[in-house]
Amino acid sequence: MAEFKEISPNASAGAKLTNWFENRFPTAFDAYRVHMSEYYAPKNFNFWYIFGSLALLVLVIQIVTGIFLVMHYKPDAAKAFESVEYIMRDVPWGWLIRYMHSTGASAFFVVVYLHMFRGLLYGSYRKPRELVWIFGCAIFLALMAEAFMGYLLPWGQMSYWGAQVIVNLFAAIPLVGPDLALLIRGDYVVSDATLNRFFSFHVIAVPLVLLGLVVAHLLALHDVGSNNPDGVEIKKGPKGNRWSPNAPADGIPFHPYYSVHDIFGVCVFLMVFSAVVFFAPEAGGYFLEYNNFIPADPMVTPAHIAPVWYFTPFYSMLRAITAEMMYALVACVVLAAAFGVFKARMPVLFKGIVAVAAAVVVALMLAIDAKFWGVVVMGGAVIILFFLPWLDNSPVKSIRYRPSWHKYVYAVFVVNFVILAYLGVQPPSPVGERVSQVGTLLYFGFFLLMPWWSAKGETKPVPDRVTYKAH
Amino acid sequence: MSDTPIDSSKRTWLIATGCAGAVGGVATAVPFVSTFQPSEKAKAAGAAVEVDISQLKPGERAIVEWRGKPVWIIKRTPEQLADLPALDAQLADPKSERKPDEFTPAYARNGHRSIKPEVLVAVGICPHLGCSPSEKYTPGPQPSLPDDWKGGFLCPCHGSTFDMAGRVFKNKPSPDNLEIPPHMYLSDTRLLIGEDKKA
Repeated sequence: MAEFKEISPNASAGAKLTNWFENRFPTAFDAYRVHMSEYYAPKNFNFWYIFGSLALLVLVIQIVTGIFLVMHYKPDAAKAFESVEYIMRDVPWGWLIRYMHSTGASAFFVVVYLHMFRGLLYGSYRKPRELVWIFGCAIFLALMAEAFMGYLLPWGQMSYWGAQVIVNLFAAIPLVGPDLALLIRGDYVVSDATLNRFFSFHVIAVPLVLLGLVVAHLLALHDVGSNNPDGVEIKKGPKGNRWSPNAPADGIPFHPYYSVHDIFGVCVFLMVFSAVVFFAPEAGGYFLEYNNFIPADPMVTPAHIAPVWYFTPFYSMLRAITAEMMYALVACVVLAAAFGVFKARMPVLFKGIVAVAAAVVVALMLAIDAKFWGVVVMGGAVIILFFLPWLDNSPVKSIRYRPSWHKYVYAVFVVNFVILAYLGVQPPSPVGERVSQVGTLLYFGFFLLMPWWSAKGETKPVPDRVTYKAH
Repeated sequence: MSDTPIDSSKRTWLIATGCAGAVGGVATAVPFVSTFQPSEKAKAAGAAVEVDISQLKPGERAIVEWRGKPVWIIKRTPEQLADLPALDAQLADPKSERKPDEFTPAYARNGHRSIKPEVLVAVGICPHLGCSPSEKYTPGPQPSLPDDWKGGFLCPCHGSTFDMAGRVFKNKPSPDNLEIPPHMYLSDTRLLIGEDKKA
């Protein structure tokens, strides 16, 4: 227990009150110091470092608007669509709350994609921040589940058929798949039972998991300290700054320096956010799809169905896996195994294991439908992110000190991701299919070949201290 | 750590208690997970549906709901029927040999996949991921379809194409043909979907 602090009787009433609380609840005061006033973040953050705080802001917006929406929404297949229209037309200001929530969902993904890209640019997932990254990937996964289940709730055509497709993905798993899909739906088709359980998951279960993961993400971050655009460890640098002799010399207190910095970012974000909410809440059919303004009809799939934009890169990869594409993937596995057996330096036993494993994988790839492998590829595209800390072999963290051509690799990756996203909203076409197949190979190539390409090329000298110009 | 020697009997009991607790925990999870299963009410709602097809003209389709799924009843024109055999080479499973128990009952395991050649009864759900394919009866080139299209169905979700007998084309996401539900004729124009005359 902390020492009981006596305060001078002449102190101001405010100081006395603070002291009264600090003696009775020191944990709160310690937490404030550890995470705010004495959390020393590198002083060279740039605008890329705004998106973490913004993600937290969007989470708060989603929780608050969600609480108010639940007061008027009815999770019943017969009433759900109506109740959303009721919120939009009859509940005073209901339209604003609903549009904030629907725009918030897209904003969440915009902010999180940028936040993740920042991590990629500056190697923020590298040692000792592997767990920060893994918690972050888990947040991304939970967010996808949250968004997907939330999208069923308005019970429009897109809600219904989107859920139908995604739940059927699970049915593609050999042996247990069909029963698993039945367990998820709670019925033989997407129905009232499905709507009710998705509602429960969307408003209680997943948000709780999400909050827990956010806490873990932040605690782990504050334990190891933030990375920065130079990828230099400020904790390894000289000690002592204006606030503390033990703090890293290149660190500044999060509050007030970065809290003020973030408030500026919040203002800019809110301007854009409000512009969308008030002037383009449907965002041309990208944030709220037009087909979702038609009530769910289990008898007819709309002529063109596509997921909301933030899922489309992964959806494109799912669509890319056809029986033909399987031959290309088999060829990749064979090539990789041949490389391992003939080129890599490792014991004969390992080579044997690699050859046998490759043979088994190829046999499975030929034996099981392309449909299942499509699901594996789509899931793998997200899961592979978790392994990023161990795929990157570059001697330096930040893109600033990597070989210049690495920038082109990242550029290709980003452009490819955007093309996949674009193809995912388009109706299927033979050309689109080919392009998305190449895109899928590029996406996985970026990660799976990273151990090699990231180690290649000549790095630039990394400075001992962060680069910073006072302004 | 302390230097006190480990009391192995205490440790054994701790492990035993922990295991007993874990068994209890798993047992408690069973009722919770079980609630995810379809309810008795959902299981009961699988009755057969009777349809009168006397009003159906060649080239028309009727859709009825059976077990929550759309079932199509299509009266094919003689031209559509005549085109079927020529497509065999382009199809993934022209003779409906894949998983016949799930997708094609014995009485529909023929070139037109139906009891009466002109009347196709099929579940209008793509075996890929469960969307309902759209009708594309008009032959000829059109978006998302090949130039030598003879008429059939296109799944709007992932682009699987089916011919007028619900047979899937090669190299499409759907591995299987459209499911033919169990069905039988009660009279010349009355169909029962969901039951058949199993020998």
